[in-house]
Amino acid sequence: MDRLVPTPSLGVIPERDSGKPLILDIHGLGIDFGGLHAVEDFTLLIGRTEIAGLIGPNGAGKTTVFNLITNVYQPTRGVILFDGIDTRGKRPDEVSRMGIARTFQNIRLFKDMTVLDNVLVGMHNQIPYSMLSAFLHLPSYHRKEKEAREKAMDLLGIFDMQHMAKWQAGSLPYGAQRRLEIVRALATDPKLLLLDEPAAGMNPAETAELMENIRNIRDRFQIAVLLIEHDMSLVMGICEGIAVLNYGKIIAKGSPEDIKNNPTVIEAYLGKQED
Amino acid sequence: MEQLKKKFHLGKTNREKIFTFGIVLLFFAVIEILRGTGNLSNLLKGQLVPICAYVVMALSLNLTVGILGELSLGHAGFVSVGAFTGIVTATLLKPVVPQTWLVLLISIVAGGLTAGIIGFLIGIPVLRLRGDYLAIVTLAFGEIVKSLITNLYIGVDAKGLHFSFINDNLNLLEGGKKIIAGPMGASGFPKISTFLAGILLILFVLYFLYRLLGSKMGRAIKAMRDNSIAAEAVGIHLTRFKLTAFTMSAFIAGMAGTLFALNFASLSATKFNVDMSILLLVFVVLGGLGNLRGSIIAAGVLTVLPEMLRSLRDYRMLAYSIVLIAIMLLTNNQRLMQWWTQTKKDAKKWFAKIRKAKDGGEA
Repeated sequence: MDRLVPTPSLGVIPERDSGKPLILDIHGLGIDFGGLHAVEDFTLLIGRTEIAGLIGPNGAGKTTVFNLITNVYQPTRGVILFDGIDTRGKRPDEVSRMGIARTFQNIRLFKDMTVLDNVLVGMHNQIPYSMLSAFLHLPSYHRKEKEAREKAMDLLGIFDMQHMAKWQAGSLPYGAQRRLEIVRALATDPKLLLLDEPAAGMNPAETAELMENIRNIRDRFQIAVLLIEHDMSLVMGICEGIAVLNYGKIIAKGSPEDIKNNPTVIEAYLGKQED
Repeated sequence: MEQLKKKFHLGKTNREKIFTFGIVLLFFAVIEILRGTGNLSNLLKGQLVPICAYVVMALSLNLTVGILGELSLGHAGFVSVGAFTGIVTATLLKPVVPQTWLVLLISIVAGGLTAGIIGFLIGIPVLRLRGDYLAIVTLAFGEIVKSLITNLYIGVDAKGLHFSFINDNLNLLEGGKKIIAGPMGASGFPKISTFLAGILLILFVLYFLYRLLGSKMGRAIKAMRDNSIAAEAVGIHLTRFKLTAFTMSAFIAGMAGTLFALNFASLSATKFNVDMSILLLVFVVLGGLGNLRGSIIAAGVLTVLPEMLRSLRDYRMLAYSIVLIAIMLLTNNQRLMQWWTQTKKDAKKWFAKIRKAKDGGEA
């Protein structure tokens, strides 16, 4: 794991990513729901190939941050620069096409479709045939569909799920559904992968395997990963930079070591010790 | 041998498609044989084109309700637009184009296109709504189309088409002809729809829908139905695909409308009322949401059924409703479904056993 280095602006990123343009540069982000400041003054930098973690107690606003990054919510204040481009005013599907992919805390698969079709929907914008060739079944349709299927099977191979390709997504066991969501997100060919509690409901062995998989995905596709997770073994095990959110505000940022020993973080999680 | 087997081994979806096309062709063959041998009752003869038209309407509504997953209660509106566009087109073309089939073809396409355009325009505001709201608005749309056409006068003379609204002042020249006469409806248009044309339209629509479902666009549409938030998150432009599917659905409904209209001697807009929209919805729900073959069978059977029950006189609609309820209950009965799958399994085992015994005997 690389040492974290400071960037010209506020924040830290892994040393190998310094000097390259940031993948995500969030400044002063905030959103109000009615009178509630759900997220306030949120600032975060993520390097091109960094695995970063976003942690915090329940209700801290972590998923809200994901919804802001993917433009499901429009921010009240602040700027999000993705790969140097301002994402304000873009629709969620446009943000996806720019290269941000996500999974959901409460799994959102296309339940009535097959596992393979779920991945193929993810690849939708990378399958370049016209609707005319689809209706007439021209050679280009068959060729591109076959290529897409092969690529989809290849992606399913990351989690050894090829044999489930024909299964109905809704019938998969829970863990496999979580993994399929990651595969579907990868199918959009992202530069940044947002994982919302990927290890939820997994046992320690499965979590360890997932950690290995996330690292492999980063290495293979050379993408950045930002994950929300409550499982500290996973967060401390693979995240290079960690941001801690409490009541919609960042209370600490740094390497796993910094975070572990930060008194503010300990207080947020465990409460203050009475003397 | 093994390779040959593999080459001709069809996937499950392909087998299903061929089976569906087979049902339509079989129906056509049976009717033609009956007609040839003079065994076709007059009652059924008159129902042939409507059956085909209703099947196509059911398929079109299945695209909106079953595949796209948006409830529409005003589908008769699109059928109506297609029907009256087809009537006008056919009346205009009849004296100019000698080939009847060409007149029919152009009319059907014109009916479909007009309905498609209306569908597109209606879809822009309407598809922003969800669930109950969408149902209410589409319901209103059907009624609006009905009252608009009920107040519409269209006539043709040497100078061309004349339109008039609410008041019958078309000012037609000598020799002019009224095509649509407001509340009186349309009459005197060519009755050119044929059973063959109906079957061909069903086959075309089936082909179109299967190809759509097998494409990336079909996948995107189904994905939106399953989970629109996730679909948007993987880069599917929701409005665009919803609008496309809705427009296609309206286009198909319009074609069915023209086929339907050109089977009668006269037609008024009140025929395309809420009852018809609900009837189409019944076809789709009974046949199974997203199940094309189911829509075809349900539309076919339920169109013929009221005619078959004619002998019951006053109790006809009562019997019809009882049959409907019975089908609903039976097709949703868990125990019955279990029994059916078990029977299928047993039958398969039994066949396998016989085959094994036969192979063993040969060896």
